[in-house]
Amino acid sequence: MKAHTIEPTLLFDVPGPQARRRNRIIGLVGTVVLLAIGAYIVYRFAETGQFSATKWSIFEYAQVQRTILDGYLNTLKAAAVASVLAVTLGAVLAAGRLSDHRWLRGPAFVLVEGFRAIPLLLLMFLFYYGAPQVGLRLSPFLAVVLGLTLYNGSVLAEVFRSGVEAVPRGQSEAAFSIGLRKRQVMTTVLLPQAIRTMLPAIISQLVVLLKDTALGFLVTYPELLKELKQLATAGEFEFPLIPLVIVGGTIYIATCLALAAIARFLERRVSRPRGSGRRGARAEQRLDPAAEDELARTGATGE
Amino acid sequence: MSFVNTLTDNWSLFLEAFANTVKLFLLSGAGALVFGTALAVCRVSPVPALRAFGTGYVTLLRNTPLTLVFFFVAFGFPYLQINFDFFVFAVIALTSYTSAFVCEAIRSGINTVPQGQAEAARSIGLTFAQGLRFVILPQAVRAVVPPLTSVANALLKNTTIAAGFSVAEAGSIRANLSELGEPVLNGLLWVVIGFLILVIPLTVIQHRLERLWNVSR
Repeated sequence: MKAHTIEPTLLFDVPGPQARRRNRIIGLVGTVVLLAIGAYIVYRFAETGQFSATKWSIFEYAQVQRTILDGYLNTLKAAAVASVLAVTLGAVLAAGRLSDHRWLRGPAFVLVEGFRAIPLLLLMFLFYYGAPQVGLRLSPFLAVVLGLTLYNGSVLAEVFRSGVEAVPRGQSEAAFSIGLRKRQVMTTVLLPQAIRTMLPAIISQLVVLLKDTALGFLVTYPELLKELKQLATAGEFEFPLIPLVIVGGTIYIATCLALAAIARFLERRVSRPRGSGRRGARAEQRLDPAAEDELARTGATGE
Repeated sequence: MSFVNTLTDNWSLFLEAFANTVKLFLLSGAGALVFGTALAVCRVSPVPALRAFGTGYVTLLRNTPLTLVFFFVAFGFPYLQINFDFFVFAVIALTSYTSAFVCEAIRSGINTVPQGQAEAARSIGLTFAQGLRFVILPQAVRAVVPPLTSVANALLKNTTIAAGFSVAEAGSIRANLSELGEPVLNGLLWVVIGFLILVIPLTVIQHRLERLWNVSR
């Protein structure tokens, strides 16, 4: 009776008997095609010896495990430092963009738009290969962290700005009318409300940041991917590149999904009903729809 | 003067590299649009097997660094006896990564259209195709295009990663210049300027469309 539980969606009504039969056929054909593709890929892997014991035995060595772990820790270290700095920079730039003073708003706008337009890899190149020319020698770690900070900081600035602007205008009007100062309105009224709605976007940007640490491999920062590449040249294990990519991919995906799970947990926590309030917390959370769109968009585009 | 000379002396290098960047961008953009739309169709379809595939693909690719995807395609495919030149590998890597984001943009765009719209269209007797054509798509496009331009923007910037995998595009200008003994910083700054020239029109189009559609909604 499973077919009866299918909810109507925007494009598809609850299927009738004929549609159900057709869907079953499409589902069957689709499954067969997908399984065939999957089977072919596995077959290619097996055929070219990717599952051979020699290739996978590389993971048995303590030295190798140590190397992979070190790479992973380097990835996490760069991501953690850059996250803290990027959130800080984002807050500063957002404050600039929301400022009442034109001489603050202008430069903040230029910085935010500028750093978002430059490819992150070029920022890292600038710090690692370009900076020595003006007498500034930066370690690969610093180049990675600075690049990640500037880029993600400017993306986060836009998240913060649209989050604050999404709080209904009545809130700041009410706050001003009871005599609060500008700074008080921001810190006691706007920010506490904005943070709830911004949190998912912030975390998904931090997931992007974590993934982008893998670019460090192109400026010789010894993060996970670089270590994997190094290990893949081991001739005595028949160049186990595919096994290493499978393991490395699993590590990245598990880490990102763990971050996303934290995001969902936090989202549930901060959006729980607030004691008084006649309409219940859900209704209170509604924002200006356009601003809500903008918020949802950031971080979901692979930037 | 040496700053300007870095560009004028290596004019053909810059031009060729940026032409490759644009080519990468257009090819993988078109590929991602097609494949991403197909994935989105899978994800909203009433067939569970296709939905599961769409969800699985998007989860997998969205949580993998693009560099790792590149790494797998460029160095892994030869081990699987799939051989193309690096440019084609770069297009494959960019397409498969970007498709996941195109899929999400389209899916969430379609989801912004209230379900009552579809019900109303059905109840006044429009067929499925008519409902799609006159009621749902015109509203969905508004919600889909702005995020799609952001995806395009990200793709353009992501093409630089191909430089790490032997594709001669804008990101690789640095390595070429340093071989020629040119000052690296100058070259990099010119590449940055080139990217600003490419990115700014995209951003302007995006803002225009948003303003246009915000008013008429």
